[in-house]
Amino acid sequence: MESVGSIILYTIVCLAIVIFSVLAVTTRKILRAATYLLFTLFAAAVVYFMLDYQFLGAVQIAVYAGGIVVLFVFAILLTSHPGSNSERLASKRRVLGLIASILMLGVCGYSLLSRCNLFAGKPEMEALDMQTVGTAMMGTGAGQYLLPFEAVSVLLLACIIGGIVVARKR
Amino acid sequence: MEIKAIYYLIPSLIMFCCGLYGFLTRRNMIAMLISLELMLNAVDMNFVIFNRFLFPEQLEGMMFTLFAIAIAAAETAVAIAIIINVYRSVNQVDVRTLNQMKF
Amino acid sequence: MSATIPVLILAIPLFMFIFLGLAGKKMSHLLAGILGTLGMGTVLVLAYYTAFHYFFSGDPAFISEAGERLQYIVFNQTWLQFTDRLVISLGFFLDPISAMMLVVITTISFMVHLYSLGYMRDHHGVFEKGFQRFYAFLSLFSFSMLGLVVATNIFQMYIFWELVGASSYLLIGFYYTKNSAVSASKKAFIVTRFADLGFLIGILVLSFYTGTFDFTSLTSVPVEGMANVYHVDLSTPNAVLGVFQSSAAPMFMGASVLTWALVLIFMGGMGKSAMMPLHIWLPDAMEGPTPVSALIHAATMVVAGVYLVARLFPLYLMEETSLVIVTVVGAITAFYAAMVACAQIDIKRVLAFSTISQIAFMMVSLGVARPEFHEGLGYMASMFHLFTHAMFKALLFLGAGALIHAIGSNDYTAMHGLRKYMPVTHWTFLIGCLAIAGIIPFSGFFSKDEILSACGNYSPLVYVWMSMVAGLTAFYMFRLYYLIFWWKEHKIPEGHHAPHDQAWTMSLPLIILALISCVAGFIPFGKFVSWNGEPYDFMAHFDWGVASISLLVAVLAIILATVMYRKENSLPEKFKNALPALWDWCHHRFYWDELYMFITHKIIFNGICRPLAWFDRHIIDGTMDSFAILTNKASELIRPLQSGQVQMYVWIYIIGALLLGGVTVLCLI
Repeated sequence: MESVGSIILYTIVCLAIVIFSVLAVTTRKILRAATYLLFTLFAAAVVYFMLDYQFLGAVQIAVYAGGIVVLFVFAILLTSHPGSNSERLASKRRVLGLIASILMLGVCGYSLLSRCNLFAGKPEMEALDMQTVGTAMMGTGAGQYLLPFEAVSVLLLACIIGGIVVARKR
Repeated sequence: MEIKAIYYLIPSLIMFCCGLYGFLTRRNMIAMLISLELMLNAVDMNFVIFNRFLFPEQLEGMMFTLFAIAIAAAETAVAIAIIINVYRSVNQVDVRTLNQMKF
Repeated sequence: MSATIPVLILAIPLFMFIFLGLAGKKMSHLLAGILGTLGMGTVLVLAYYTAFHYFFSGDPAFISEAGERLQYIVFNQTWLQFTDRLVISLGFFLDPISAMMLVVITTISFMVHLYSLGYMRDHHGVFEKGFQRFYAFLSLFSFSMLGLVVATNIFQMYIFWELVGASSYLLIGFYYTKNSAVSASKKAFIVTRFADLGFLIGILVLSFYTGTFDFTSLTSVPVEGMANVYHVDLSTPNAVLGVFQSSAAPMFMGASVLTWALVLIFMGGMGKSAMMPLHIWLPDAMEGPTPVSALIHAATMVVAGVYLVARLFPLYLMEETSLVIVTVVGAITAFYAAMVACAQIDIKRVLAFSTISQIAFMMVSLGVARPEFHEGLGYMASMFHLFTHAMFKALLFLGAGALIHAIGSNDYTAMHGLRKYMPVTHWTFLIGCLAIAGIIPFSGFFSKDEILSACGNYSPLVYVWMSMVAGLTAFYMFRLYYLIFWWKEHKIPEGHHAPHDQAWTMSLPLIILALISCVAGFIPFGKFVSWNGEPYDFMAHFDWGVASISLLVAVLAIILATVMYRKENSLPEKFKNALPALWDWCHHRFYWDELYMFITHKIIFNGICRPLAWFDRHIIDGTMDSFAILTNKASELIRPLQSGQVQMYVWIYIIGALLLGGVTVLCLI
């Protein structure tokens, strides 16, 4: 049994995810879309917290909300005039997109719902301390991730250089 | 009442479908990128949810999400660099006009 | 004898070719010319040393105790090994004729190198464009020709044979901006290539039956007790003949296979030596610079055919038929070329036809040579004539070059009466004419007399025929001489200097060659060159009866030429009008070129090539093109799929994913 508080929190988060996702893709002001994306990401971070992955939630907020969205905002400000609306979409496109999305929702939702009793309730999990995450990331044994970690670091380096080269003024 | 896995999965699925809708309909490349982030985030959430509900004693899903976030950050940075470059060249970011490799 | 000098003889010209070809553009014209000339001078010295060493040192490898000249393989490197016996080697072969050829080639080549220093520039001393290239090609030619004459086996000879053809092509087409030069070089190359096809087939037939390419294993036997030393002996060609006769197919189309092989090999020689009917390229080859004509198309390359037959002479002896063919081809060519030479206007053309005629003399001489008669006098005479002809014909060509350089035209109509203006050229040219006409004591007299003696012994018909040709030779050469140097006073065109003798680089070779032409007849050639190496006394075979008759014929011909051409008169015109058909046929070279044109253009091109081209263009190309068009259309059809619209791709992807997902869901239900 969950506490009432967590159920309320869940409800709020769930609503936030749904509402802000929908708003992020429907609003005509691009800067607002970025803002709604920010809220959605925050809500996702809260889900991580609720699932006892505090570290992941913190990373989500720091990287996504703090980093990526700021990048988006800069890009939007550089490429469009603030306040200007993007053009109204042709209704045919919207309907087609809607149909595709709803079909996707239907297919995936059906397969999820038809199998939902496979998942038991939330099992107990001992609190995940930073040391465990650290050893998992830095170790070379089974269930440890030094190699991907290094790969990602190289990727990030490549991205830094690539970003500079691509966006540099000629 | 117990919050089952499905209660987390459904909002994530909705988020994914919103992202899909946005990616299919928006013309602005930045808006498309935002939709992409939504989809990516929904997938991340799924990893974490399945990890938490099915294998709470292991960390695979969480670590995967962690790396996915890092890669998403990198990808966004490069994508935005490209978008800015495109904007500098053709003075707009409408994806319909960008149908040639060289412009 | 060590291999160093022979290797150097071949390596220096090759090196000069590569060096001048690659680095020529970086150096001044004069430097390139001097380097090329110095290189050739070095080769000249080395070749002279080798030849003198061979003839005079008395080394047991070169001359036996009985005084017989031997064949010596200086070195022989395996290049390609097909089977145990069938090996292609590259080596250096010393025997009387190759030593003699070394002397001839290097002498003429050096003279031409020196002469070109003066010839290949205009009147203001400015060098011609491509001067360095010219010297590079000359070096390449010298290399190839030297390699040809020292070949140890028939395949090495073939390789260098082709190289000679290629460098001749390059040199004829030296003025590659001139259309006539380009087509002349093509013509020369194609005609000689065609002949070489026969040569190659002949080589293959010969080597198929005998299993060897080596000259020594075809014509000679090893000398006991010495490595790499051989002497010519009829027992080996007899054995070869036995091989052919015992083979499964001794006859083919009425002639023995050995005859076929020898005639096919002779066909290669016909191509290179411009025998009828493959002579058509040589007159056109005069489009090349005149020193090239002197070097290649008078003195060295064109005698390669003669050299080839001489090299395989013991084999030819085995088949009487092949020698008869050589004789007949030579006799007809000699007469034909002499007739044509009487009616040409271009002085180089006259010399070209005279060359054809003289080479035919050598061929006839080889064809009538029999060991029974004066130990193969014809063979010796042929080689002797090759030697003297190379000298006086190079002299005549270089003299013609000096005239052309001074006048700026090839036609004698632009010359006339030049004797006062160009005394050196005049006197040397006169010596050349006297030598070729066979006037005692110039060199041509002796060699031609030997040939006629050999003919006379073989058959009176050949003797009379060749004497007539000799008379014609004297006539057309003196016609040329008088028309250039006498006839009437020279008219100097407005605004031109009076013509004058050329620079010393051009005059010196003329004088040297003239001196050689004066004295070469006194060389006791029989002591050095004979078909089997055994020396004999030259003068003992000298037939004064034949000599006096030929001398008489020559003098009569010269008198006739003097009457007709010394002073301007109407005799030639009357003669021409009296026999217009003869003049036309001679002037148009008996319409051989037109015949070739008719056969190639009208019959081969229209009858065979055009249908084939049509088939190729429409059927083969059409099939391929239709594939291409089909692919193109199909590509056009599916090209819109690659619209470049990212969202279109996503749509397709989503539809695919939904279909897959839908199928999965249906399966789940």
